[in-house]
This record gives sequence, C-alpha cells and structure tokens, in this order.
Amino acid sequence: MKLTLNKFHVKDIQFGEISRYEKGVLYISKKDLAEYLLEDKNISSVDFDIARPGESVRIVPIKDVIQPRYKQSGSGQIFPGYVGSVETVGNGVTNVLEDCAVVTSGKIVAFQEGIIDMSGPGAEFNSFSRMNLLIPLIQPVENLDKHSHEATVRIAGLKTAAYMAKTTLDMEGDEQETFEHESILEMGKKYPDLPKVVYVDMVQCQGLMHDTYVYGLNVKGILSTLIDPLEVFDGAIISGNCAAPGHKNATIHHENNPIIIDLLRRHGKDLCFAGVLLSNESAMLNEKKRASFYTSNLSQLIGAEGMIISEEGGGNPETDLMMNCRLHEQKGIKTVLVTDEYCGRDGTSQGLADVTPEADAVVTNGNGNQFVVLPKMDRVIGDIEAAKIITGGNANSIGEDGTVSVEIAAIMGSCCEMGYEHMMTKLR
Amino acid sequence: MKKIVHYLNQFYGQIGGEEFAGQTPILKEGPIGPGAAIQGLLGEEAEITATIICGDNYFADNQKEAMAVIMKMVEEQAPDMVIAGPGFNAGRYGLACGTVCDAVKKQFGIPVLTALYPENPGAEMFQHDIYIIETPINAAGMRKVLPVMTKFIGRLLNGEEIGFPEEEGYLPQGIRVNVHTVENGAERGVNMLMKKMKGEPYTTELPMPVFDRVPPAPAVKDLKNATIALVTSGGIVPKGNPDHIESANASKFGIYEITGIDNLTGDLFMTVHGGYDPVYATEDPDRVLPLDALRQLEREGAIGKLYNKYYATVGNTTAVKNAKKYAEAIAQDMLQHGVQAAILTSN
Repeated sequence: MKLTLNKFHVKDIQFGEISRYEKGVLYISKKDLAEYLLEDKNISSVDFDIARPGESVRIVPIKDVIQPRYKQSGSGQIFPGYVGSVETVGNGVTNVLEDCAVVTSGKIVAFQEGIIDMSGPGAEFNSFSRMNLLIPLIQPVENLDKHSHEATVRIAGLKTAAYMAKTTLDMEGDEQETFEHESILEMGKKYPDLPKVVYVDMVQCQGLMHDTYVYGLNVKGILSTLIDPLEVFDGAIISGNCAAPGHKNATIHHENNPIIIDLLRRHGKDLCFAGVLLSNESAMLNEKKRASFYTSNLSQLIGAEGMIISEEGGGNPETDLMMNCRLHEQKGIKTVLVTDEYCGRDGTSQGLADVTPEADAVVTNGNGNQFVVLPKMDRVIGDIEAAKIITGGNANSIGEDGTVSVEIAAIMGSCCEMGYEHMMTKLR
Repeated sequence: MKKIVHYLNQFYGQIGGEEFAGQTPILKEGPIGPGAAIQGLLGEEAEITATIICGDNYFADNQKEAMAVIMKMVEEQAPDMVIAGPGFNAGRYGLACGTVCDAVKKQFGIPVLTALYPENPGAEMFQHDIYIIETPINAAGMRKVLPVMTKFIGRLLNGEEIGFPEEEGYLPQGIRVNVHTVENGAERGVNMLMKKMKGEPYTTELPMPVFDRVPPAPAVKDLKNATIALVTSGGIVPKGNPDHIESANASKFGIYEITGIDNLTGDLFMTVHGGYDPVYATEDPDRVLPLDALRQLEREGAIGKLYNKYYATVGNTTAVKNAKKYAEAIAQDMLQHGVQAAILTSN
C-alpha cells in the first residue's frame, strides 16, 4: 500500500479570468467556481474572498477548513462519497496544495462556528493564519432547514477544495512524500521486534450536527472499524461537525491527521504501525460501551501493544475516551490519550468531564477557556455579529473599539485534539 | 537596600528546643540561624533587618493573639518582603510560616516566601495562595534549599517574571496555563507512548483530577405533597436571553418565572446553548426542559406542585469549578423556597 503526496507550496491566491496554477500562484475564476457550486439548488448565491498570512483580516463564522487535494493517479477520487464515488482511495499520487485551505463561511449554520485571525495575537492559536485561504461565502436559499444547510455548506467546501487542487493536474509539485506500509500479517513478519502500535481515531457522531462521515457514510451507528491510514490522506474521513471550533476535528485535520503522519514516518524504524481504528462517539451510554468494547477487541485481534487514542469535542466524549483507555489498559495494551481541557479562565478548575485512574499518560492541547482580547482588524470576512453567539463568545464579545473578546474555544482548531497545533497546558 | 523581615520558630530562632515552644512572639534585629545563611547568599541585594521568633505551641494554641503581635511587628518594620522558614516537614511550624506569609501578602501587598516539604499541612493549605519553595523532608536539606530560596527572593523583590514550578523550585499553585511547544501534540503523544511501552519514565501532561462523587440523595417519600423544581444546563431561557447567559462557559445561571405556563413554546423560550443542534429545542423547548410533562404530573396529583420558577445555565465547555458554584447557589435558593426535589436535565 503506497500513496505519494505531490505537494505544491501555494504562495498566493488571486482571482483571475481562468482558474489555473502558475509558479506558486493559484488563480481562481469566481464565475467558473460559482457555477460549479450553484449546481446545488440549496445555494441561492455564493461569493468568494481571499485572506493571506499577515493581513489585518478576521474571518467569522467558519464552519470547516479543508485542504485542497486532487488525485492524479490511483483508484477513486478525493473526498469519496462527495467529490469522488465511493471507490477505495489511498493509493497512487495525490496532488496537495500546501499552505493553502478552503474556509467555508456565510450565514451561520449553528452556534459552533469559529474565528480565524490572519495577524495579531489570535493568529498564534492556529496554523490556518499562516495559509493562503479561499473563503466561499455561501448563502442558502430561504427557509432552508438547518440540517440541509449544514450538508450544503459541507459539500460546497469539499467541492471547492477539489476544484482548486485540480488546477495542478499532471504537474510536478515542489516536493513529494511517499507513505508506504505492508498488510498487517506482512508487517508482523517484517518487524517482529518493533512495538506494535495502533491508533484509535474517535470520530464524533452524536447527531444533531455533530457528525463525521467516512466515504460519505455518517459513522453514527457503525461498529468500530479498521481503515487504512493512507485512505485518510485522500479525504475518506470528512467533518460534518458543528462542535466547539477550538476542538472540532475539521476536514483539514483529518486529511493531515498528525498522529497518522508521525506513526507512518516512524513505521519500520522504531515502531510498527499496525493500523487505524475508528471508534465512534455517540451521546448514548450503551453505544459508548459498544464502541469501546468493540474497539478494544479489534485492537487485541490486531495484536496491539500500545495505542494512541484521540478525542473530538469535549464533555460527553470524555466518557468514550476514558472507556477506551480503561478497556485497553485492562487488556494490557499501553495507552496514550490526546485531548484538551476546560479548566476555567483562571485555569484553576478540573478540566475534564470524566476521568479514569488508568489514564496515566495524557497529552493536552490546551485550556479552551483561556480568555483573549483580539484587536480590531481592518477587514472582516463574513459577519462579525456571529462572535456574540458562537461557542467561546458572549453578548459583550464585540467592543466599541472593534476588539473581540472571546475564549480561545472560539478560534478554529486552537486546541485540536489530534495534536495538530503546538500548544499544551502546564501547571504553575 | 531592600528590607526583609524573617519569621522563625523557637528552634531555628535559637531560643531553644521543644521546652521553649511556648515562646510568645519577639523581635530581634538582624538575621538569625538560617537567616544568617540567606543573608550571606543575598550579599548586597537585600538586607534581613529583623527576625520575628515565635514558639510553635504558642502560635498553634493562640493563633489570633500571636498573629496580632506579629502583624504589628511587620507593620512597624515596614519591610519590602517577608520570608519564613524553611519549615521542612514540621507541621505546626509549617502552618505558622504559611499563615504569616499569607496574612502579610493580603494585608500589606508585599512579596512573601516560605519553604516547606510538599506534604507539610502548611504547604497543602497555602500553596495556592503564596509561593512555597519545595524542601526535602528535614533540615538535612537546608544547604540545598537556601540557594533556591535566595534566588527566588531576588526574583520577587525585583518583580521578575516567574517561570514554572519545575524551573523555579516552588510548589505548583494549581493554575493551568497554555504554553506553546516545539513538538506538536501528536509527536508528544507518540514519544510518550514509546516511553510508556519501554517502561521508561515519562510525564503525563494532564494528571487525572480526583472527582467528587456525590451519593444520590434518598428518595422522596411523599411525592404527592412535594414541591419539585426544574433545573437545566441545556440553555433554555426566555426569548431574548434577558440575562445574556453565554453560549459556552456560562458565567452565571438565571431564574425564570413559569407561573401559569403549561407548555414551553418557541415564541416565548429559546436555547442559547452553543454545544448542540438547536433545531429541536427551538421547535419545542419542552424537549430540554420538560415543563409540559411536569404540569401533567401536577394535574394528575403525582407530585404536589411544580416550583413556579426554573433555573437555567449553559453546560458547554463550562469549567467544573463554576458548575459547582452555580449548583451550590441553586440548591441554596431551592432550600429557601421550600423545594424538596429537583429534576436536572442537560441536552
């Protein structure tokens, strides 16, 4: 199993007559892309904006962040179930636009949409502020119900990302990275002495717009399952999630799952990466039990000796995280949990909603309650009023001087529980 | 030169051993015992101008009187800083060191410092309020701890930025702060797992907190005559959100009138919770706050009556400490209004 990422480092995005990629600059024809997106009859109008690193720009409300990718060769096409059909992906060559992302905005879908600042203190809380961003502002038709609105914006984002990367078709990127692994039985023979590590990717599926899709299928109700890490790089898992922006796993996080990347890069060197298990995060106790028991049984079946478990969201999903931890540790499988915490603005509260004594190795990606005052920006893309109602904001979030005061839970991906960012919480 | 006042017990103050533990507070000029050693390390940076000595038993048995005298002595000396100990694992002495430092900090607003063994009751009681340098269990560690203390005295006197406990040697104050890291969270996780699998030492980034487990209250014996209240963390509030309850990490709860209302409707009530899909709660707020069901039970006589107000907040990325505070206030309000039982709904 082998996938090559053919990476193009995007230096700028500009609007142009014809969509094309030339010398690091991505030109987008608004008209052409709008026509493509307006094929969805639930969209009444769409406009586009561009945000660049260092600009005095604030984007809000943001539903999803997606990295543009398009398959040059291999089976299937990117974002199977949406852009591609449901054929298997994760092989051949995939073109990737680095330092570049699609950020979906427009009329707010729910309370859980986020903020990105392209400069200033807010820019220190995620990687997106260092990317060239194309922002489709999607206005739904009147009276569109919330769930159709969510699906409409979700799919429009994926289509935009594929459209952008398609401009590089048949071109050679700035760099290539090839990921490769054997079947589980083969790697067992090939690396008999390396520790067998499995990654449990807990995927949010509480329903009510807290959903994750695999090959277009909502994971709600699935039994825990095995997926090839390379499929994930081709957008097999995408976000339909409106959880708190600071710790939702956006589509770009799935495409670049940093735990998978690190494990694949170390595979065959100091560890044997034996697979990725999807364990769903439902709101119901019985389903939490089913998922964690089933996952821990699959881990044993694979022969895992150690595992990393990542969470999405917080509060209720902490129970899924702790159950997965406990059941795996009881089987003698060493676990590390990857999470974030909410320990109050002053940092003195307990930060998790559920705990277990077996959770003795935990990575935290920050306290989402940290309070920040974001300075006025010259330009707002979207609607600044949304800052008053999104998670992390409040009725007084917008100052008369144009500052925005929020908890960092409002900033997209600030405390990403896949460990995508470079932040942690320390005790003082 | 900056002035320091040093607090010691009878033993380190060179009055005598346990038989002198009843010593009332006295003030002597200049540094004594460990103070003399600290002065040597401080050099010209600051001067220990006076030492207050008090017997451990006197302090423990007559804390109020002892503190009145000690605080007056400090006030008269008008120092730039007060230090105490090191008290190692001596319980009475440790409590005295912590009490004196904490009171001085609160009353005079000047920097204070003591040094104790982590399990000293004085450390447990005061480490969240004042800086306490970590010491070994007994005075054999004196030589090790005094340089750490001296360095920290300099930092506090000069108003320098204080680093993390492991760098500076103080006991953690229980405040979790965000810091940027070189490795991303995923790389830290894989590294931690490799160490854990090999049996090598590693440090978890989030030690598990100990949760309060609240045993359920005994069942209500006479439901037919009980007043029942509704409480929700699902964010159901009157339309317009009069108290501006936040959609996440709510800073307050609201109390709202429901007299004469049989059924919550979307024209009068709404949800402000930012953590779930509001569609169904907006259609019918009873789905989160089941007023309609309670009214029916009231009519059927299954319960005495529904309390004429309900309590609401938002449980979304809300810190446990705040949630506990609201719960205590809500419970108190219920007791005052004769509520016997409550139904708590989330979302």
